[in-house]
Amino acid sequence: MDWGALHTILGGVNKHSTSIGKIWLTVLFIFRIMILVVAAERVWGDEQDDFVCNTLQPGCRNVCYDHFFPISHIRLWALQLIFVSTPALLVAMHVAYRRHEKKKQFRKGDQKCEYKDIEEIRRQRFRIEGSLWWTYTSSIFFRLVFEAVFMYAFYFMYDGFRMPRLMKCNAWPCPNTVDCFVSRPTEKTVFTIFMIAVSSICILLNVAELCYLLVKFFLRRSRKAGNSKQQPNHENKEETKQNEMNELISDSCQNTVIGFSS
Amino acid sequence: MNWAGLYTVLSGVNRHSTAIGRIWLSVIFIFRIMVLVVAAESVWGDEKSAFTCNTQQPGCNSVCYDHFFPISHIRLWALQLILVTTPALLVAMHVAYQQHQEKKLLVLTGHADARHMEEVKKHKMRIAGSLWWTYVCSVVFRLLFEAVFMYIFYMLYPGYQMMRLVKCEAYPCPNTVDCFISRPTEKTIFTVFMLVTSSVCIVLNMAELIYLVVRACSRRSQHNSNPSSGKGSFYGHKHSSEYKQNEINQLLTEQDGSLKDMLRRNSGLQEKGDRCSAC
Repeated sequence: MDWGALHTILGGVNKHSTSIGKIWLTVLFIFRIMILVVAAERVWGDEQDDFVCNTLQPGCRNVCYDHFFPISHIRLWALQLIFVSTPALLVAMHVAYRRHEKKKQFRKGDQKCEYKDIEEIRRQRFRIEGSLWWTYTSSIFFRLVFEAVFMYAFYFMYDGFRMPRLMKCNAWPCPNTVDCFVSRPTEKTVFTIFMIAVSSICILLNVAELCYLLVKFFLRRSRKAGNSKQQPNHENKEETKQNEMNELISDSCQNTVIGFSS
Repeated sequence: MNWAGLYTVLSGVNRHSTAIGRIWLSVIFIFRIMVLVVAAESVWGDEKSAFTCNTQQPGCNSVCYDHFFPISHIRLWALQLILVTTPALLVAMHVAYQQHQEKKLLVLTGHADARHMEEVKKHKMRIAGSLWWTYVCSVVFRLLFEAVFMYIFYMLYPGYQMMRLVKCEAYPCPNTVDCFISRPTEKTIFTVFMLVTSSVCIVLNMAELIYLVVRACSRRSQHNSNPSSGKGSFYGHKHSSEYKQNEINQLLTEQDGSLKDMLRRNSGLQEKGDRCSAC
């Protein structure tokens, strides 16, 4: 089980996400997980071996390393990425449950069921409404909470995001205050800032997605309240359908006209 | 998620690129990413462990290495390649959105069978209209990222040549100390190679930009010289249902060829003339 397997699992959830959710997932995989695997792990690879203290006292180096780096950045990021990507599985579970219910209905031969076969149920994309809306919104909320918690944990543990070159250590068994030098501090600072920046972008995307879902919910509610006052008839439905079609066509061709009209 | 995963993601975009775009993608993957993974990473593999300073002072080695190599070439190239390849995802997103719109249209016109849906998924989008703008933006961003990273490289490592010996006097080094870099000539060769391929990619991107602009201008002049197209036919009979049907027919003829063929075959729509403003 590695990052590739996580990508496979979450790729399935992608189908039921909003567009912002899909962008978020792409940013997560390309700008965070890929950077972690391809670049950051090499930078932190020799962090303990090349942590050098100005002493010959055995054990002093180990103790000082442990004192200043209770948990390595790399492991913190890996944990953060796992925690942040797994709330999407709540949505996957809910979708699987709905599919299971539809399949049961279909097998019973229920006349209300509008699917032609089991394959169609398996392939169908569910709209984010009803209880699925609540599950989806909760998953985004948890993502936000985890991101914020890890950002805070980072800031708390490493007192800012900058990696100093030199640390002074006087933990036992070091004989007195000893200079300890961190390996590749500038490169580590660059990557820390990069990961924090992308984390902030992901937080913004999640907040935007939450706002989008809320706005869509309230609009749908007000539309339902408005529609229940009108009497639905066959002509209205046909007109609405034709309007939607014309809108779709003009939407896709509007850009052509805008792009090339003189 | 590694370079192979990125390749999978980007090869899907390839289908909707221009010919120059495909060449560019091949150059990126074969001459830059593959060289990075297969060769450059082993050259720079021992950059820190084999960086030796003429001193026994603990910490002097680390500090001098950090002073002369704030960020390793390998990481800079990895970041550059990731940032340069990702604008193509803008195009992929736009294409996915357009395909979604086409599918909705098929559903509304009653042609939502599996065969038509598959055709929508498989057919190649023309780079026209808003997709043209998205594509041009992605090429501009690529150019921008390439230029920015070339500049960063020049700022961090002026001259592109890797020195054999550097003199360091940062604390805690007791005085000016000689430090020796591992494999300087090999590193210089690979640096020059990556710079050259980066320049080739910049040239390809500029060529693609020029090609897109020239194609758009020639299409525009074709559109202008065709007298039957223009605003008159749009604003003539605005409110009649006949006008609306004419407009739909005209707009359908301006859609990508396969969608037009699909619908015409099945609903007997008549073309009013091939007023293709975005062909």
